[in-house]
Amino acid sequence: MSAEPLFEIASEGDRLRLVASGAWTTDHADRLEQLVDARAIGGSGTQSAEVDIAGIEKIDTFGTWLLERTVRRLEAAGTTARLTEIPDRYRGMFDKVHAANRQPLPEAQKERGVVARIEQIGEGAVGVGWDLLGLVDTLGAIVLASARALRRPRNFRVTSIVHHLDRVGWQAIGIILLITFLIGCIIAQQGIFNFRKFGAEDYVVNLVGILVVREIGVLIVAIMVAGRSGSSYTAELGSMKMREEIDALRTMGVDPVEVLVLPRIIAMIIALPVLTFLGSIAALFGGEIVSALYGGMSPAIYLSRLKDVITVGDFEVGMIKAPVMALIIGVVACTEGLRVKGSAESLGLQTTASVVKSIFLVIVLDGVFAIFFAAIGM
Amino acid sequence: MAEQKPVIEVRDLVVGFDDRIVLDHLSLDVRPGEILGVVGGSGRGKSVLLRTIIGLIPQLSGTISVFDVERDIAPEQTWRAIERRWGVLFQQGALFSSLTARENIEFPMRQYLRLSESLTDELATVKLEMVGLSPDDANKYPAELSGGMTKRVGLARALALDPEIVFLDEPTSGLDPIAAGEFDTLIRTLQRTLGITVFMVTHDLDSLRTACDRIAALADGHIVAEGPMSTMLASQHPWVKSYFSSGRGRIIEPVDGNNLRQA
Repeated sequence: MSAEPLFEIASEGDRLRLVASGAWTTDHADRLEQLVDARAIGGSGTQSAEVDIAGIEKIDTFGTWLLERTVRRLEAAGTTARLTEIPDRYRGMFDKVHAANRQPLPEAQKERGVVARIEQIGEGAVGVGWDLLGLVDTLGAIVLASARALRRPRNFRVTSIVHHLDRVGWQAIGIILLITFLIGCIIAQQGIFNFRKFGAEDYVVNLVGILVVREIGVLIVAIMVAGRSGSSYTAELGSMKMREEIDALRTMGVDPVEVLVLPRIIAMIIALPVLTFLGSIAALFGGEIVSALYGGMSPAIYLSRLKDVITVGDFEVGMIKAPVMALIIGVVACTEGLRVKGSAESLGLQTTASVVKSIFLVIVLDGVFAIFFAAIGM
Repeated sequence: MAEQKPVIEVRDLVVGFDDRIVLDHLSLDVRPGEILGVVGGSGRGKSVLLRTIIGLIPQLSGTISVFDVERDIAPEQTWRAIERRWGVLFQQGALFSSLTARENIEFPMRQYLRLSESLTDELATVKLEMVGLSPDDANKYPAELSGGMTKRVGLARALALDPEIVFLDEPTSGLDPIAAGEFDTLIRTLQRTLGITVFMVTHDLDSLRTACDRIAALADGHIVAEGPMSTMLASQHPWVKSYFSSGRGRIIEPVDGNNLRQA
């Protein structure tokens, strides 16, 4: 193909002559850089230098820049240097490259060090405050939107709610049942294994029953829904934001919260308690299976003990939490979605933030509820 | 120049999706060192043609040869080497949003060349200035760039490895007439100084008039007219006729006869 690039020194006293020949193209990039670096060092210390490029067969901007760079380096070392015999067909490119790169490169903003770290912590703390404000803001907008929708019930997007119910509720049933069933199995197995040491295997029913109905059922389902549907809410709203669809709605005088956010949140508030109920039953069923197979307790005894152990109050404690958690997940997911900016990276960032924050808040909320119910004696 | 072997040869190309044929036995040559403009109505397959040539869409039949290498019979390695000899500017710029403008331009260099960090930076700045941006824009992220700047960075990235062919997909769409005119001039200057071949898909009649050496009109799935502007204006094909004589196609001549273009 093209000839090897060469860069020869033809020194004449204190006048240096460098002769470039061959193909000075990107194909020979790494070899060329080494060549040029070697020659530029060898050439320093002379009075004047000439770079003869008549022998070059082929050159592109890459080669042109290397030659230009050589000249500049020699000049910086106190040598008067110039390029000679530039072929006419390359004249334009040489002129362009000659004009380029005259300003010092602006530094990329990279702040490191202790001050920057401390600043980051501070910004993080302020960020948490803004996050909470943002959530309250969205919550307020949702309340306003629902008040408006209640006044004009025709504005309720029933089709949209049903559509989201299908996706958040109906389509999630399979995976939710499977996961909660397995969790029920695991709790029962661990319970039997450890209670057996005290001969108290029968108490596994208390363990599974109370844990599942009061805490684990709703918590597992809420975490599943946050990961499965919360993330998709954020990604949907985020990509709509990126494609200016939300701005388009605003210009039409339509409130995006009313059209996009409200139906999603209502669907989630309906779906999560239903899923919690089904999930709890699956977990109790899982416990029953394991108790029968691993603990040797007949299903009839398991069920009758379960009836004694779980009260309606326990069931209420679990179910009351579900819609509140749904609201939290929905509000976080929609807020993060509407925060997405132009880039694909920001979409990913907000989706992650949405899942992390909603799971965190769900668990915190569960703790707050536990304290509350203990205080009122439920 | 006409005697030289074409750099891109498309023969009897058929491309379709499901049961819709978009390109129907299309043949086209791109000659070395020219700017070829491909025009056609919306959804008539201009971009499909471009994407088929660069290998993003498979053809149903027909052959595509670039630098005398036919894609479907060339060994993988040979074709990869050919792919390195072209650059593509996508319609929306397709800049990687997680990288700065400079990192976008450096990306192909880092991928294919083993250069020192400082040389890579300098080369990126040279390319950036060649497309008319200032080094201050180098550290901006794509989200912070305007439409015209995005296209310029996209062009700089397409030029990063000093390609011999540059594919441009509607380079002036979405730009205001001044920015579009500047971009046309830029393409023309770069093509002259760097000696590259340009394959440009466009809607913009001003681009065709000021930047292109030759025009190929795409209608009904094949090239219905091919040649300089005069050939287009003389064409009797109904679509070509209405395209080039539509009101939007005429240069708005100011009264004093200055060669100003208006929006």
